[in-house]
Amino acid sequence: MDYALIWAILIAVSVFAYVALDGFDLGLAMLFPWFKSDRDRDVMMNSVAPVWDGNETWLVLGGGGLLAVFPLAYSVLMPALYMPVIAMLLGLIFRGVAFEYRFKTKTNKHLWDLSFILGSLVAALSQGIMLGAMLQGIEVVDRAYAGGWFDWLTWFSLFCGVAVVIGYALLGATWLVLKTTGPLQQKAYRLAFKAAIGLVTCIAFVSLYLPWRDAAIAERWFSFPASLWLWSLPLVLAVVTIGLLRALHAQRQGSPYLWSLGLFLVAFLGFAVSIFPYLVPRAITLWQAAAPDNSLTFLLVGAAVLLPIIFAYTGYTYWVFRGKVRADEGYHD
Amino acid sequence: MIESLFSEADALLLARIQFAFTIAFHIIFPAFTIGIASYLAVLEGLFLRTRNPVYQKLFRFWLKIFAVAFGMGVVSGIVMSYQFGTNWSVFSDKAGPVIGPLMGYEVLTAFFLEAGFLGVMLFGMNRVGERLHYFATLMVAIGTAISAFWILSVNSWMQTPAGFGINEAGQYIVKDWFEVIFNPSFPYRLAHMLLAAYLTTAFVVGGVGAWHLLKDRSNAAARKMFSMAMWMALLVAPLQVFVGDLHGLNTQQHQPAKVAAMEGHFDTQSQAPLYLFGVPNQATAEVDYAVKIPGLASLILKHDVNAEVTGLDAFPRDEWPPVAVVFWAFRIMVGLGLLMVVVGLWAGIQRARGKLYQSSWLHRSALIMAPSGFVAVIAGWIVTEVGRQPWVIYGLLRTSDAASPIAAEGVGASLLAFIGVYFLVFGAGTVYILRKMSADPDQTHIPDYARPTPVGMAAERLLHEED
Ligand code: HDD
Ligand code: HEM
Ligand code: HEM
Repeated sequence: MDYALIWAILIAVSVFAYVALDGFDLGLAMLFPWFKSDRDRDVMMNSVAPVWDGNETWLVLGGGGLLAVFPLAYSVLMPALYMPVIAMLLGLIFRGVAFEYRFKTKTNKHLWDLSFILGSLVAALSQGIMLGAMLQGIEVVDRAYAGGWFDWLTWFSLFCGVAVVIGYALLGATWLVLKTTGPLQQKAYRLAFKAAIGLVTCIAFVSLYLPWRDAAIAERWFSFPASLWLWSLPLVLAVVTIGLLRALHAQRQGSPYLWSLGLFLVAFLGFAVSIFPYLVPRAITLWQAAAPDNSLTFLLVGAAVLLPIIFAYTGYTYWVFRGKVRADEGYHD
Repeated sequence: MIESLFSEADALLLARIQFAFTIAFHIIFPAFTIGIASYLAVLEGLFLRTRNPVYQKLFRFWLKIFAVAFGMGVVSGIVMSYQFGTNWSVFSDKAGPVIGPLMGYEVLTAFFLEAGFLGVMLFGMNRVGERLHYFATLMVAIGTAISAFWILSVNSWMQTPAGFGINEAGQYIVKDWFEVIFNPSFPYRLAHMLLAAYLTTAFVVGGVGAWHLLKDRSNAAARKMFSMAMWMALLVAPLQVFVGDLHGLNTQQHQPAKVAAMEGHFDTQSQAPLYLFGVPNQATAEVDYAVKIPGLASLILKHDVNAEVTGLDAFPRDEWPPVAVVFWAFRIMVGLGLLMVVVGLWAGIQRARGKLYQSSWLHRSALIMAPSGFVAVIAGWIVTEVGRQPWVIYGLLRTSDAASPIAAEGVGASLLAFIGVYFLVFGAGTVYILRKMSADPDQTHIPDYARPTPVGMAAERLLHEED
């Protein structure tokens, strides 16, 4: 069996799980500036406080999984993306501690609000930049990164960074739609609408620009069977976009979040099609990067048994905390 | 290639400092959260059995402190999981097939478990019933211990590699997973670290209890926590000395150069002395200003006063660890361990005399000892990690060959950023924790948990039907 391919799919799934879950709690933080009152902010915070740690664990699985099954890719990507990785980690520190700290202080609450907002913004931006930098391609010589210190930094990677920020903001806004009521929810609808337009524009732009700029990607997209995807992409994108906008317009509660995930899925698949079968684009394929089979199978057994269990209790936690949130819901007193 | 103002050596040194700094900060939090999570499980269990409200108060009191510490542990841990790649990419490439899956299992079996149930533990009391809540607390506590299991297996494999081969690409590949996981130093390191976590917590809890007793001897909650902590000290501290000794004997078998550095033995000798004090001088290979007890090291290490003990002269100089650091870190750890035993015994005696809550000197000492566990843990890790230098995988891969091809400027800048951010963020967290600790535990507010939701109740009913 092709264990490397199975693992590539599993890693992709956990990255998507990360985006779907941590995306909304990073995005919600970035919406704080639009919600000035402490009460609103308490509600927003409490809507993710019980689940944020679990959401972020998918990132640890992504990183740890990469080290375990594609050690070569991990050891090339991390130095190549050194600065955005470190920036992301520092951002995650600032936002992670804010969950506890802001309820523990009376005088410095706004400071930890700021740390929550900026930390999340930096983390999201860095993730987008990494994505862009990967799409650009990474220079490798002899199993090691051989590019320069600032190779990751181009207007294109910055553009991808901004796109991810907007995308997460959309997830955050639609999550708020699901978890809140009243004026807060109304504002979330309006923000979601704007973010949706923004994200779709970004996706469309990247889809047009990439094949134009990069012959390898263009060839990939215009050759069968990927071309099927190419020709259906605008259609799928249009359908999902219309679905999302209509759900927002009709003030649906849950479906806007799902439609937004749909947008991410489209973009994610597009990304996968563009780089497959490379893990380090145009340098190292997933088969070249794979650890020996017995490392892959050893962990695969565990993943096969444990992932369903993890999904079950994670689902249970979401179930326990389902429904609309109130401001006084935390355990803080 | 990357142009650099600095030499490769600078980049390596900075990468090492960065790793040491970030892991030393990280270990502070697990050392406490492993212990406190178990303590919370004990408190909640006792409350459910006895219905004594003092346990409930203590549970709520420590829960909030736990939450802050856990948050800091999580964010500093996420940094660690990327440090291997950013700073030690050659190491990651070569050792990934061995240690990666172990860390993968850590994520799957421990981190998700903790994170999944943490929400219910912190916020779920009025949404699930008591028993489900207790179940969540147990899962979090078990998760922290499982996490220690895997990561210590990783670290121990790097100390005493076993069960592997090497492939054409120069990567270590696994021949036998059981031998990899249960490598020779692992059982000792795991036992020693878990006990360290419990002791660290016991002394923190004891110190906080003592602080409140010094203010008011009749404070019921303070009495209870002080008493529980002193029981732990009495029982676990001697056990730790014993396990530490075993650990040392194991190290002597597998990493004799490390033990020689710990003891300050430059020369192989019989009737080897135990240095109580001294300044090891790496250049002259002598211990200056030595205060020593002849024969005692032979006795401890070989159980025979006249036995010959291997010194650093048995190893090429370029395989010596920095002796003075190891030597002193070891003395700090052992000294604190012995002090912990003393405090435990003293409290035991006062308890027998019925004066556990009256002895202000005991309370003052316990208060001073509150941070001792953290210091001992860090000192212990310095012994372990510096003592195995120059190897990152003992005998196989030198630290200097393991680093990433990153310019010194980059590592330096990120190091500065980590230092600034850690002191700022974790400093603030420490202030919040200290503030929580100084609140009167007897006045802990117990919210009204009257309204479990229908699902919570349904699940609760299922549990009841089972027993
Ligand atoms: C509360 C914490 C604590 C206390 C009181 C002690 N230790 Fe310890 N020690 C640790 C916490 C620790 C640790 C942090 O858990 C280490 C670092 C790595 C490890 O395996 O355990 C450690 C390492 C460590 C090592 C190095 C093992 C190696 O790397 O090969 C030795 C030989 C000892 N210890 C021995 C002792 C002795 C004889 C003690 C008795 C007084 C003692 N320790 C008390
Ligand atoms: C179990 C988890 C741990 C793992 C897997 C681990 C792994 C490593 C690695 C890969 C290095 C290489 C870098 C180097 O040698 O400089 C290292 C060094 C180091 N580690 Fe650890 N470590 C762990 C725990 C700790 C802890 C808890 C501490 C401190 C409290 C610590 C302190 C250090 C120090 C001080 C160095 C630098 C040694 C030197 O440069 O001389 N380690 N460790
Ligand atoms: C280099 C080595 C290490 C790495 C890569 C690492 C990684 C991590 C990560 C990613 C987390 C956050 C998990 C979450 O998202 O919930 C974490 C937390 C934790 N780590 Fe570490 N860790 C290391 C060393 C250690 C050591 C030496 C111990 C203890 C013996 C330890 C015990 C824990 C525990 C108990 C937690 C959860 C509780 C807490 O956060 O305080 N780790 N670690």
